[in-house]
Amino acid sequence: MRRIPLSALIGMILTGGFLFCAIFAEWVAPYGYDEVLGKVWESPSSTYLLGTDTIGRDILSRLIYGARITIFVALAASILSFSLGSFLGFLAAVRGGWIDQVLSRLVDVVMSVPSLIIALVLLSVLDINLTVLIFVIGILDATRVFRLSRAVAMDIAVMDYVEAAKLRGEGQSWVIFREILPNALSPLVAEFGLRFIFAVLFISTLSFLGLGIQPPLMDWGGMVKENKDALVYGKSAALMPALAIALLAISVNLVADWVLTRTSSLKGGRGG
Amino acid sequence: MADLLSIRDLRIEATAYPPGEPPQNIVIVDGVSLDLQKGKVLGLIGESGAGKSTVGLSAMAFGRGGVRLTGGTISLNGRDIRPLTPAALRKLRGREVTYVAQSAAAAFNPAKQLMEQVIETSVLHGVMSRAEAEARAVELFRKLGLPNPETFGNRYPHQVSGGQLQRAMTAMALCPKPDLVIFDEPTTALDVTTQIDVLAAIKEAIRDTGVAALYITHDLAVVAQVSDHIMVLRHGKMVEYGDVGQIINAPRMDYTKALVSVRGIEHEEKKPADPVLTISGVTARYRGTNFDVLKNVNVDVAPGQTLAIVGESGSGKSTLARAVTGLLNIREGEVTFAGRKLSRELKDRTRDDLRELQMIYQMADTAMNPRQTVGTIIGRPLEFYFGLKGAEKQRRIQDLLDQIEMGKGYADRYPAELSGGQKQRVCIARALAAKPRLIICDEVTSALDPLVADGILKLLLDLQKQEQVAYLFITHDLATVRAIADRIAVMYRGEVVRYGTKTEVLTPPFDDYTDLLLASVPEMRLGWLEEVIAHRKMESAGN
Repeated sequence: MRRIPLSALIGMILTGGFLFCAIFAEWVAPYGYDEVLGKVWESPSSTYLLGTDTIGRDILSRLIYGARITIFVALAASILSFSLGSFLGFLAAVRGGWIDQVLSRLVDVVMSVPSLIIALVLLSVLDINLTVLIFVIGILDATRVFRLSRAVAMDIAVMDYVEAAKLRGEGQSWVIFREILPNALSPLVAEFGLRFIFAVLFISTLSFLGLGIQPPLMDWGGMVKENKDALVYGKSAALMPALAIALLAISVNLVADWVLTRTSSLKGGRGG
Repeated sequence: MADLLSIRDLRIEATAYPPGEPPQNIVIVDGVSLDLQKGKVLGLIGESGAGKSTVGLSAMAFGRGGVRLTGGTISLNGRDIRPLTPAALRKLRGREVTYVAQSAAAAFNPAKQLMEQVIETSVLHGVMSRAEAEARAVELFRKLGLPNPETFGNRYPHQVSGGQLQRAMTAMALCPKPDLVIFDEPTTALDVTTQIDVLAAIKEAIRDTGVAALYITHDLAVVAQVSDHIMVLRHGKMVEYGDVGQIINAPRMDYTKALVSVRGIEHEEKKPADPVLTISGVTARYRGTNFDVLKNVNVDVAPGQTLAIVGESGSGKSTLARAVTGLLNIREGEVTFAGRKLSRELKDRTRDDLRELQMIYQMADTAMNPRQTVGTIIGRPLEFYFGLKGAEKQRRIQDLLDQIEMGKGYADRYPAELSGGQKQRVCIARALAAKPRLIICDEVTSALDPLVADGILKLLLDLQKQEQVAYLFITHDLATVRAIADRIAVMYRGEVVRYGTKTEVLTPPFDDYTDLLLASVPEMRLGWLEEVIAHRKMESAGN
């Protein structure tokens, strides 16, 4: 095992910290997320480490509970987009012909409209709840994953070992899951990290616009929205959730970068 | 006469990064010394990994890919160039020493005309003016036998053939009137019939310009035609160094003897029998084209025998294999296999059709999934066709590994942990696992070093005896054909031009193409090249 570089280590510790807070929010958070405790927009103090929000709730506690929702929704959406996108991408690459044409053109159409606009339209029509949010973000993101996995699988599908599997009479699922997937995994894993960050930013954006997580639940984007007026009075309340978003994005990115360089060097195994 | 190039005790090292381990220092070349006089050619020969290219490139004090020249002296024109600064080396490279790479197609910039690239170094180094350089380039084009030398330089790399490109690269190397040219496998990527032209052109150009040359190759027969001296390298060390006549006719070391006598396999031709595979009247073209790549091909293969399909690249021999396997739909004709008519579509073929017709590929590297262990690779056909599981499957895998002479401990390895020859053996085992009646071998030995290739051919012959499996053996190498074939089909531009038993095909009178093909196979004796050039009836197709 080669040594883990410092940047990746920092990223892993921070990401781990965020995950820990999200999972054990009940024990980590000093107060409940909907308890009204102090005055409006109190400055950070020993009682309220990061101050209070627009109706006097503890910002730290809300951040910790908010991490749970933000990370859960982003993770679920990324998993959905990867399962869907990479399966369809591989299928398109292996089958080619009209299946490839239909899927690819469909993806082109979806990608030609900015995803935020599609999401806003869909969410203003649909009932907003966590499931709908996850599906909307996941499916929109799946188009990007489709593009990547199709390109990766195209390269692999022309290898002799895939041809050998076809000549052996193997079915589609063996070719996709046993021949192509293991060889496509490294770029996909690295992409997963990046896509997860995009999902975090996406859900935060939606919440900020009021079409994401609905009260009484809240996520970081929603918290920025609630507290944005505090900026006018020189209070830090809105900056805290924004900072949390940035920190999570950077730390996951550091880990993803490391995974990318590590796995891509393994590709040398192909040439021997 | 003073030596132009004199290398003493050369030591070259590199850093290896094995996955999961700390970096290691490895010695690539150790204690190599050589001398080269003006106008002489030294052949550097060895199998892949022998360090021959590394030694060759050291003549311009260059280490490829992080390779470091750590010891010894390299004196060129009387001065040691190893300690020179990069700036001083830049002045020397491309002026005193030039280089001809293996793959000219990859070495030329596809966006620039040939002339521009051929004269670049000469003009850059201020050896001559642009006009002089162009005049010299045209002169060299003429000398190298390129068509329309005056206008040849106006073409782009994709507009000329592979053999012509290799000669253009030789012109590029000779243009600045260097003292030394390094030829790094200049003909390896070419067809035999093209190789011979390029070889003759290079030899003549070397003689006329009086330049000294280092000629790197793995083919002893080729190097015997062009060099004055030969150095045999193995594992970065010198094995033997001597006069070309001595190396070819009286090698002293065992390794050199093995190299000289390689391809010594004798194979008794078997009697004709009822065929297991019959290809009758097959015509095929690739989708979206209107050109037949196979034209009315009629051949058959008897059980337990070998039909060799011979031809140069583009002759349709691999296409024939694709047509038989069903990867390419044939337009006319039919393929009968073991008494059954094979469906044209791969997806309509029965599992037995698929099982009994196996394939081995040229590049074992890409024919095996790098993320599967040898056990999985060989075990999958057992599981898939015969439903073997658990201990029974493991036992059968071990049997197969024994059959390919690889023994225990390989089942858990990944392809990247095997040598080139071992990889090809695993591919053979995978084909064998299906208990096939016929194996299509597509250039299975072309990517291997001669000694390793020899081992593979012997293994294939043994297996044929044991298992009574038939081979459809596709190759461009006639020495391989002599070693393994019972029947031969010679293909040229999609047609079978000559077909029959080995003795029939290889006995005169020949048709023109077979004659050219047979005459082009380098023979390991001095003066062969001149004889062939003087006597042949037709020019090669790639010319």
